[in-house]
Formats: sequence, structure tokens, C-alpha cells
Amino acid sequence: MTTHTLSVLVENKPGVLARVSGLFSRRGFNIESLAVGPTEHPEISRITILVGVEGPVLEQVTKQLNKLVNVIKIVELEDAHAVQRELLLVKVRADDATRRGVLETVELFRAQVVDVGPEALTIEVTGQPAKLEAMLRMLEPYGIREMVQSGVVALGRGPRSMTQAALRSVERSA
Amino acid sequence: MNGQSASEESITGAQALVRSLEQVGADVVFGIPGGAILPAYDPLYDSTRVRHILVRHEQGAGHAAEGYAQATGKVGVCMATSGPGATNLVTPIADAYMDSVPIVAITGQVGRAFIGTDAFQEADISGITLPITKHNFLVQSAAEVPQAIASAFHLASTGRPGPVLVDVPKDVLQERSPFTWPPRIDLPGYHPVTRPHGKQVREAARLIAEARRPVLYVGGGVLKSRAVAELRQLAELTGIPVVTTLMARGAFPDSHRQHLGMPGMHGSVAAVTALQKSDLLIALGTRFDDRVTGRLDTFAPDAAIIHADIDPAEIGKNRVADVPIVGDAREVLVELIPAVRAEYAADHRADLTGWWLQLDQWRETYPLGYDDPPDGALAPQYVISRLGQIAGPETIFAAGVGQHQMWASQFISYENPYTWLNSGGAGTMGYAVPAAMGAKVGQPDKLVWAIDGDGCFQMTNQELATCAVEGIPIKVAVINNGNLGMIRQWQALFYGERYSHSDLSTHKLIPDFVKLADALGCIGLRCDSKADVDDTIEKAMSINDAPVVVDFQVGKDAMVWPMVAAGTSNDSILAARGIRPAYDEDE
Repeated sequence: MTTHTLSVLVENKPGVLARVSGLFSRRGFNIESLAVGPTEHPEISRITILVGVEGPVLEQVTKQLNKLVNVIKIVELEDAHAVQRELLLVKVRADDATRRGVLETVELFRAQVVDVGPEALTIEVTGQPAKLEAMLRMLEPYGIREMVQSGVVALGRGPRSMTQAALRSVERSA
Repeated sequence: MNGQSASEESITGAQALVRSLEQVGADVVFGIPGGAILPAYDPLYDSTRVRHILVRHEQGAGHAAEGYAQATGKVGVCMATSGPGATNLVTPIADAYMDSVPIVAITGQVGRAFIGTDAFQEADISGITLPITKHNFLVQSAAEVPQAIASAFHLASTGRPGPVLVDVPKDVLQERSPFTWPPRIDLPGYHPVTRPHGKQVREAARLIAEARRPVLYVGGGVLKSRAVAELRQLAELTGIPVVTTLMARGAFPDSHRQHLGMPGMHGSVAAVTALQKSDLLIALGTRFDDRVTGRLDTFAPDAAIIHADIDPAEIGKNRVADVPIVGDAREVLVELIPAVRAEYAADHRADLTGWWLQLDQWRETYPLGYDDPPDGALAPQYVISRLGQIAGPETIFAAGVGQHQMWASQFISYENPYTWLNSGGAGTMGYAVPAAMGAKVGQPDKLVWAIDGDGCFQMTNQELATCAVEGIPIKVAVINNGNLGMIRQWQALFYGERYSHSDLSTHKLIPDFVKLADALGCIGLRCDSKADVDDTIEKAMSINDAPVVVDFQVGKDAMVWPMVAAGTSNDSILAARGIRPAYDEDE
């Protein structure tokens, strides 16, 4: 199975996320990651979905999503032509004996310490999923007490704006 | 939208709802009042343009709206209150979703302040119907009512049609707001493509001209796009054989020489085999449903596929299309016809004589047929064929689900579009009576016969009371074999004749359908012998001032043939029990 990143522009209305996520579950498509938030246009929200499917199924996912009346536009962001980031907050066991080692890892991954205590550090890091995984592997021996991870967000590279293109086409057809 | 009255006076959400229904041209609403929707029923009482028909169960309202829509091509409307009223609409909404029937369901909801509190008669109907509606609305203010209704009708009737639900909280119905019409329809994500791509059409024409064993595989989309004349034109221009799916019966005259019948699990041997042996399927407004394809990986193995559908998601969903065409079936046909003519003009035209020789041979060797039951019981197929012949090709038939549905599809000759209504995708038992009621309301001058099974009939026959009270004289032929017939057939074939819970005891006259008809204000007739069939049908046809129910007591062992067993290949079709067509020797 290959992971594909879909950027989905939707109307910013109540219940739209339920429509999108419900469609994935009832059609048997597996969501690997999902992030939703506002865009530069208050009436439009952007959902970034990582879905693990093969080509023909991806086409079906996209077509079914497009049938949702509140979905305005869908773009598949190819890894090479997009910037992908996710955010990780992780609480690592760190006492006087191990703190230095943990901090070295923090520096290595250009992460930040956002909370300090005598027994633990909370670290914030953003990056591509692979980077986050690598850092977690390094921190694991110290003892991970708790962690939370956002969904992946992604933006196409270059000057073009998906939202503006979508808005233009909406205005044309209105 | 047929109105342009813009008035600025302040009216209630309920008045806005009724006025919006009047403006969109909804002339009939099937429904039942209840607490949350009650404010809407007050202005409805005064409306001279919207006729409300009080049904006996919300499921009946939903199927009636479907029958109305399928018989007229207009949007059907049903209305119910919150909670159980709304959840009783779920089955017909799901049914309309599967068969792409344009209906709008309007439901009352608890007041906005009560939403999410498990209030009395609260159900999250917009959440519940998310997967079975084309779209739905939870109206947040009285000012939004006209827009929600206009959008709902627009969505239901355009693109791939389907059900749309509008949920209106009680306090929204009571709130006052200025009414303006027409409202702005603001659906930035909704742009159905109806016009096909020219290049794809030309490529389709090229394949059509050179195919040696082509078949026109016609689905319900051809009826929905009202493309019957264009289909006939293309068929007669090309001489290509036609098969019409269960949802498309009537889209091409059954009596036409090029018509091979219905494909699928209970399709004719000629239709099923034509698809299997074809080198080109021209699929129009159809979705390669499992009941048509049988085991998908063995379906029409040598055929290239031209797939035209208004829903892009149907193209390539089950079978990869060589020439995908997104568009309205009528617009596709309108462009395809001259494109094929151009191919012919350039002297590209394959000879179909050999193909027709083979098709005719299958058709002659394995015609549809049945035997009279050996025990002397009445054959259900006989009843249905005689009904079709006596009632004639202008009659609208609405079937339930099961054996009687398949026989009604097989043994009645459909010559006209919109004369065959049934629950194809969802397979909803109980569809027939309320759908026939809706069809009769929409087409009052047409004769409407429901063909129902004794199982189906017991699910929704209470709507006969509605028919009797409202003056909707439908006729119902109950094909009463005393059993859940299709279940019995499967138990006979696949479960070692272990008839687990399929005997309904209706042959013991529980209930007595004649007495039941009488109790519901209808005329009840009974017939159990071949000799009386014609007279009984004639008698039923002579009664036009009341609904009529005929209890046809038929044999319980009749089976629907041909049959492709579920999950098997269409190549293993049985023409009748134990009779496997020997088409390999034909080649």
C-alpha cells in the first residue's frame, strides 16, 4: 500500500468533517492521518488526509470525496512537490543522569524543550513524519512517558495557491 | 424554480417552508404530523397549491414520494416529525439513494436549544442519513428556509438524482423572518458535468463502428435523463442488441427485435450470454452492479468497455472503462449518434450478421418460460403474464421485492418508459403499495397496478387505508404463495430444502387478504385457479372508485429462472433447474 497525501478544500460549515471522515470509514478506506484547520478564506477550511491505498482505489476515494456537496476541491500532493510537516509533543523521562543525553537529541533534531521538570522534559518538534520517527527512536531508551502527534499538514511548493485557484473556478461557475 | 415573487414581509419559518414548497412547484407532500413538525402543518392546512396526503406510516410517505418521482420525473416530497418519524423515513431514503430517485424529505427537529440533550423525540437524523442522502441540511434559522428548500430540490433533481433531507428545528419553524424568493443557491462544490467530452465520444464511436459483438448495456440513468428516444435512435442506427437492467425496464421496448431482455442474476440467457461473449459493452447510465455482473473477474472477459455515466465515481468503480465518458446519458447519446454516423460515412462499419445469428440462436434455444406446477396449483408466472397482457402497455406496474418482482420484470412486456417501478438497489420489501400510491397520485389518469408478494404486502399494506380515504384507486395483485418465496427458493437450492422461517402461513388465510382489503376500505377479490385469472383481472379493472386487492393464491414451489447463483460467474447461468446452456458448442 502506498501513502497518498490529499489536500481537500471544504466549505467551513458544521458537520463537514463528519461527512468526510464518515465517507472514508463506510467505503472502507483507511485514514492514516487527518488534520483540519482554517485557510486564508474564512468560508473555506482545509483538510489534509493521508490515505494508504493503491492507485485505482485512490481514484475512487477522490471521486467519492468530490461527490460530497461541501467539498470544493481536492489535490493530491506528491512528496516531491510539496512540503509536509507534523507536530509532535513528547514527554521524556530525564533526570540528572540522563538529561544531557536527551538535550543532545533535542539539538540534533532542532527540536525545542517547552517544559522542564526534575524528572521529565517535554519536547516539541516539527518535521516530516520520518524525522519525527527517527527522533522518537533516539528518545525511546530514556523512557517516553507520554506523547501526542498532530496530523500531517502539507502545502504544494512554488507560488501557486490551491485555494485561489478553487475560488476562481467557483466564481466562474457562479 | 418558477417564481420570482420577492416579498419582504416577515413570516414564520413554517410559512416560509410551505411557501418555498409552492415556489419550487411541489404539488404533493406525503407525510404525517408530529410535535416538532407541527408548526409546518398549520400553514400547510391553508395551502391551495400543495396537496398533503396523510399516510399511515412514514415509510409509506417515503416510498410514495419515490413512486411519484419515478412516475412523473418530478421531485417527490415526504414529511415527518423528529425522532421516530424521521427514522421511519430512513428505509425509503436509503432506497432512493440506491436507485437515484429524486426525493426531498422534510423532517421536524427538536428546538435548537434542545439539540444534543437527548430531548423527547430527538434523533440526529442528519447524522443518521449522512451515508444515504445525496446531501442534507440542518436548518439553523428561519431566514435559511427558502435557500435550504431551493437547494434541496436543485440537488435532488440535477446531476445524479437522489434523496436530500432538510431537518428543521421546531423553533426555526416558529421564528419570524423576511421571505424572499428566489433565494441564492450557494453550492460552491457542486458542479455536475452533463456534457460529454468530444474526444471521448469520438473514440466511443470508433469502437462502436468496429466492434463485431457489441451490446448496449442500458441502465436506469437512461430513464432518468429522459433519453429513451435517443437510445432507440442509436440502437436502430447501429443495429446493436440492447439489454435493459432491472432499473431500466421500459427504456427500450421489450417487443423490439433488438431487445434481448434483462441481464443479471435472473436475466434472460440471451442477455446474460450476450454480455459475456461481447467484445464491446456500451454501458449507458448503469453501474456494473453485482447482480448484473455476477463474479466480477469473470464478467464479459473479452469486452472493451465504453462507460457513460453522470456520476464520475461509477466509472471504473467495479470495472475499468476503456472509454470513460462523464455526462448525462441523453447528452452523450445526442453527441454519439452523429459521431457514429460519421464513422459509417467513412465506411467504418463492422458486420453484425454473425453476432445476430448467434444471439438469435441463444434467444430461440433458451426463451423465458415456466411450467405449470405439477400439483395443479396456480402458476405465479401465468398470473403476472396475463396481468401484463390484460392491463396493457400503458399501465404502470410497481413491484415489491422477491420472486414476484423478478417475474414481473420478466413476464410483462414493457413498451413505455416509466411504467416499471421497483426497488432495485436496496431491495426494499414493502415498496410496492406505497410506491403505487405515489405513482397514481402523480399520474391519476394511468392505471396503476402494484404487484406484491404476500411477505412484502404485510409490511406496508396500511397505505391502502390512505388510498381509500384519499381517493387513490390503485390495484394490488398479491402473488400469494404463502411463503417468503425467494427465501424459500434459496433454501430449496442452497440449504438442502430446510425451510427455516420462510413459511408465512398466508395460505392458512392469516391474514385473510380479502377481509383485510375490506377492512381497509378496499375491494378484495380472490383467485386460485387458472380458469378464473382473466375474469378476476377484468373484474378488478372494472372497479375504479376504490382500491382493489386481488389475492392470487399461487403454488409455493415455483422458482425464478434463469439464475446465476450469488457469487458465481455469469458463465454458469442455469436456464432452468439443472439446465445449463451449452453455448460453448455454439461457437
